[in-house]
Formats: sequence, C-alpha cells, structure tokens
Amino acid sequence: MVVPHPRQLGVSARDEVLARIRAANANAGLGLGGAVDGPRADGDVAIPRDYRGGGGPAPGSPPLLDLLRRRLIDYRASVVDAAPGDEPAAIRAALAAASVGPTPGSAERGGGAVLVPPGLPASWCPAGVVDDGFTAVELDGFAAVVTACAAACALTGTIALDGSPDQGRRAITLVPDVHVCVVRADQVVHGVPDLLARLDPTRPITLISGPSATSDIEFERVEGVHGPRTLTVILVAAPPAPA
Amino acid sequence: MTATFLGIPAPAGVGQLRGDRPFPAAARDALADSQLRRNLGHATGVIRTKRAAAVGELDDWEQLRLAGEAIKRATMARLDDHLVRLEAEVSARGGTVHWARDANEANAIVTGLVQATGATELVKVKSMATQEIGLNAALADAGIIAHETDLAELIIQLGDDVPSHILVPAIHRNRAEIRELFGRKMPGVDPSLTAEPRRLAMAARAHLRRTFLRARVAVSGANFAVADTGALVVVESEGNGRMCLTLPETLITVMGIEKVVPSWRDLEVFLQLLPRSSTGERMNPYTSIWTGVTPGDGPRSFHLVLLDNGRTAALGDAVGRDALHCIRCSACLNVCPVYERVGGHAYGSIYPGPIGAVLSPQLTGIHAGSDDNASLPYASSLCGACYDVCPVRIDIPSLLVRLRTAHVDAARARPLPTAEALTMAAAAWVMSSPTRFAAAETASRLGRLGGRASGRLSSLPPPLSAWTSSRDAPRPPEETFRQWWSRTRGNSA
Ligand code: SF4
Repeated sequence: MVVPHPRQLGVSARDEVLARIRAANANAGLGLGGAVDGPRADGDVAIPRDYRGGGGPAPGSPPLLDLLRRRLIDYRASVVDAAPGDEPAAIRAALAAASVGPTPGSAERGGGAVLVPPGLPASWCPAGVVDDGFTAVELDGFAAVVTACAAACALTGTIALDGSPDQGRRAITLVPDVHVCVVRADQVVHGVPDLLARLDPTRPITLISGPSATSDIEFERVEGVHGPRTLTVILVAAPPAPA
Repeated sequence: MTATFLGIPAPAGVGQLRGDRPFPAAARDALADSQLRRNLGHATGVIRTKRAAAVGELDDWEQLRLAGEAIKRATMARLDDHLVRLEAEVSARGGTVHWARDANEANAIVTGLVQATGATELVKVKSMATQEIGLNAALADAGIIAHETDLAELIIQLGDDVPSHILVPAIHRNRAEIRELFGRKMPGVDPSLTAEPRRLAMAARAHLRRTFLRARVAVSGANFAVADTGALVVVESEGNGRMCLTLPETLITVMGIEKVVPSWRDLEVFLQLLPRSSTGERMNPYTSIWTGVTPGDGPRSFHLVLLDNGRTAALGDAVGRDALHCIRCSACLNVCPVYERVGGHAYGSIYPGPIGAVLSPQLTGIHAGSDDNASLPYASSLCGACYDVCPVRIDIPSLLVRLRTAHVDAARARPLPTAEALTMAAAAWVMSSPTRFAAAETASRLGRLGGRASGRLSSLPPPLSAWTSSRDAPRPPEETFRQWWSRTRGNSA
C-alpha cells in the first residue's frame, strides 16, 4: 500500500520527491541520457567486484571449523565440540556450564526453564518447552533457549538465523539470557559473500557475532547488554577419520 | 564550475541540522574545555587502533572500497528507479511506504501513525535520520514519550544533552561522568554502582528491561534497504535494536532516501565495510534483516518513511552529491585532527566531523555568510585523512573546496557583503586559481613551523589570515592537500 501524505493536495510527496531526484540527476549531468560521470546501475555490469567473492576452503572443512572456533571465542562466545548424534549430551553440558540446571516440574510458562523452537529435534532437549507464542514478559521468565541455525561464517565468527522451524521466531533468541546454538559443519562457510548467498533475503534474518556488546563508554568493549549475555555454539562435526 | 543547483533544502526551525551559533565561536569554547579534549583524545585513539587492526586483516580491503564506491555512485544515478522498486517490494510483503519531503512532513507522518495505535510511549533504536528531523521533540509536542534505548543515546537523553558523534553519541562523556549521571537520573539505581563500564551497561539493561517488554510501538532508522527484495537492514551491538524491531506490534522505520542499495548481493560489500570501519570489529554483534511483515514473527504492522529533507538538493551538485554515499561509519570523525580537538557539538548539526562539514551545509542549503552552517566547509585543514579511511572513498577534501566556492558564490549575490563573506571570498579567490592556491598552501605549510609548539596556528598567511584571526586553526599537515592530490592521483587538479 502506498499512502500519499494527507496534507498535500495535488502533487503527492512521492511524486514530488521522485521529480526532485530526476531534476537533480539531470542537473548533475546524469540520467536522461546526459553525460555520465560514473557507472550506471544497470545490473552488475559496471560494479568492480574484484574483492574475494565465494570460494575459499570448502564448507565444513577442518581449517574452516578451526577459524570459526577461534573467531567465536575471540568475541566471547563459548564453543562446545560434538560428533553427530551427540547433540543432546552437548546441549546438556552447555546448559550446565551456563548454570541453567534441569528444573523438573517448572517446565511451563517460564520459571527458569529452557525454551525451544517447534522444529528442534525432540531428542536434543527433551526438557525444553516448545514456543507457542509466549508474550515478551513470559519469554523473560525463561533461563535459556536452544536453537539450530541457517548458516555460519567462519571469517567473522557469525551465525545466521532465518526463522526456520528449528530456529523459531526472532524474539525467542533475544529475551532469554542464554542462547545455545547448534551449528552443523556443512553449514559453515568462509566469508560474508558465501554467507549471504546461502540466505533467503525474504525471510527474517538475524546475524549474530558473539553475545551482545557495547563500546559506548570510552569505546571500551563490554559484552552483555540487552541480548543474551551468554552465547554457546555447539559445533557438530564428524571426528577426523583415523589415518 | 557549474552554478549551484537550487534544490529544496531542509527547512529551518525543525530538527538538528544547525547549531545556534557558527562553528568558529563554538569551537573556541570547546577548545577551552580540557576534560572534553582528554575524553575525545582517549576514545578516538582507542577506536583508530581497533579499526586499523580490523581493516588490516582483509587483503581485499581496497577492492571492497572500490566496489562500495561504485555501488553508491550507480545507485544515485538511478535513485528514483531503486526507490520505486523498494516501495513495490516492501508493499508486496505487507509493509506500508510513506514519502516525506522534509522533516516536518516526516514528523507528522510518524506522529499520526503512533496516535493511530493509541500508544503514548514508544521505544527507539538509535537513528541519525530521526535525530536529524527532531522526531523526539515533535512526538513530545503530541504527548508521546520516546525512550531512547541505545546506551549512548540513553546517556544523552538522561543528561538532556546533545549527541557529539555519529556512532558513539556520548563520546564526550567519560565513565565517571556517566556514573554520576546514572546516580542522579536513573530511578531506583543501585547506590553502590561503580564507574566500571560493565557495571554501567548492566544498570542500563535493568533500567530498560521493563520498557522493552511493555512497548507496543518502536521507531528505528535503517542502515540499508535492498531495492530488489524490500529487505531493511539494521546493524547494532547491544540488542536494543533487536528488542525494538522484534517485540512491539508496530514498527516505524524512518530512512533517508540515499540508504537504498540495488540488490541483495550489494550487502556482501557493505556488511564487510561498515563494521570494520565503525567499531573496528570483524562483524558487529547483531544485524537484523527483515522484509515487510512476517506472520507469527515480529511486528504485525510495518511502516517505512522515505525522507528527502535536503538530500535531493545535495544530489543536484555533480561533486557534492558524493556526500550522500556516506554509510555513517564515523571513521572520518575518528581520524580528523579538527574533530579530535573541538568535538562534535561545535559543528552544531548532529552530523559532525568531516562528513558533517560537507553534508550539513548541503542539506540546509548553502547561503551567504550569516548562515551558521556556512562556516563548516572551512572547518578542515584538508589533510586528507578522512578520505583515506572512508570505506566508500568519499573525497571529502575535494567536496570541502567545492562547498567553499559555492558559499562564496552565494555571498557574492549580497549587495553589502559581510566581513565574513569578504574574507571567505578572499579565501575562495585564492582557491579558485591553482597557482594562487598552491602558493597560499605552501605558505601555510611554512606556518607549520611556527605552530609546532602548540599544535595549532593562530594565523594563516594573508588573505586567509583574516579568517584565521578569529579561529584557532589546526596546524597544517606535513603534506598539503595539493601535494597529496598530485602524489596519489598523478595529475594536477
Ligand atoms: S564519510 Fe566515509 S568515513 Fe565518514 S562516516 Fe561517512 S562513510 Fe564513514
């Protein structure tokens, strides 16, 4: 829906701003077939993209997992390694390390419990409470959330969530104070171009690089402001085959 | 030189694009504040080191800068098409697009949207565009309270202060000053709170938690908007942005028209350039990307306000338009010797430093000598450090020279020139001729010898001396702008 501003009769703000842009570009010698002092935005033709695009180490290769691990730790995330199938034990260990204990009987509407998105494999976190659209206040009662991810970028230590059923809506990974995120080796790519190429731009996406932080006081980085103060990544990879 | 394009500038009397006095007077007071200069010197020193390390990690940094510059230039050449596409994509995905010619119109649109929800308060994520248009004041006039949620913005709001930096608006405050402010202004704050940054951040978390959880409306800016998918992008660190973008029922995003990028792929350039240039991180902690409304996830109602407010006036200048390429990383502020000494408040506008000196006067229009923003293009030693760090390669020194000339053109039209117009005309007379400019610059470089002890000059050679006599000009660099220009470009301007 496009809404013209009600105060203006005759020319809408939209038409006026667009007309101003055309006049400005004509005046500056661009557009309308005038002299062009730089590449036109005709697709990608004129953009020099000589920077590192995709490529680099193959997704999930050991050097890449190593880089991701170092970059995550550098920004104060914790990393737990696990073999495929060992997710439940690794998740239990990660929650215990973050002082989120199993709290039998409290598994309803918060109460320090662990929240999980509807599509998380049920065996991963049997005590988890499945998100059914809790309010913000109710979400605040959960101690931790466990999710999968859509992709991860080793070079920047970034994990990407896209709202798929095993990751859930955005609010559930934001309000609880501990986020445990399971990353499969084949989801790990090298750089930012590889990461964005894997994501569907029409989904709600959150890129997460370490726990929340601020540099607002004397430019000194402090971890843990409004988002989860603890971020633990469980890196699931087959152990290297014996030589 | 082409005649100045007479676009429609941002209106006076609303928003924060002008100070209440010219740069020279404000700068003089700022220079006398030694605490301010210590705070600024410390913080900009820290961030310069971090940025250099983050940039040094990438061996394709220059290629990324070239791509960033080219994408921005190409976008501006067909800005109308990209905005129309963005509008179509956002609308197709359940968002509503509004257009605002200026600050007043944008404020009226946002106020109306908030009133339609019945809410009397909202949460805000740090946004330069809403600062520029003075949105909080307009909302307050309508009885709506806007809670700033970025830590630095909270510090500014609690202290009834004004931002002095694009990225870290409270950079002029040190930890002890912030501790004192929180103790005085934050209801229910722990009296044993210390000045340790970590403790201060925790106090802000506790203070804002309830507000986030009950908020029904949020207002944000946007770092980028992707035309071909309708995706909006907000880059942040603290998670306050995610709170605002995710929890409330209604989200209103105010965005300058120049923030659009043509395609999803373009983000792979800017999401590398921006975090390394601004906070000196490989990637900022949180980046939120959304298109329109997603059922069951986040706000049920999304409004995008596209703001002109003088941007098309800047677009009409073949040289000055490059200021619209800015991605607000603030790297140019952190390396600027003038900014480091006088701080952001002296520039009057919420866009301070080198980019502010070229952006603010273009948004407000370049008038004759009496306009407070007219002196901003002179607030520089043309040392070129800003251009070297700019992730989208904006040639700020060239823009400054262009604006000085435009200002003097405006001053010439006055029947009785003011003293300032006359001295600026003299400066422009010097700069309009390559030979005269070179001679004066060499002379001013000689002046460097005299300025060595204090790091500042009290005068420049005539006729520039008439201007510097009322200004404490920074010491000229070892290499003059022209010497740098011919060294790096290999030809004479
Ligand atoms: S002009 Fe360049 S360096 Fe300065 S804030 Fe803008 S993008 Fe950053």
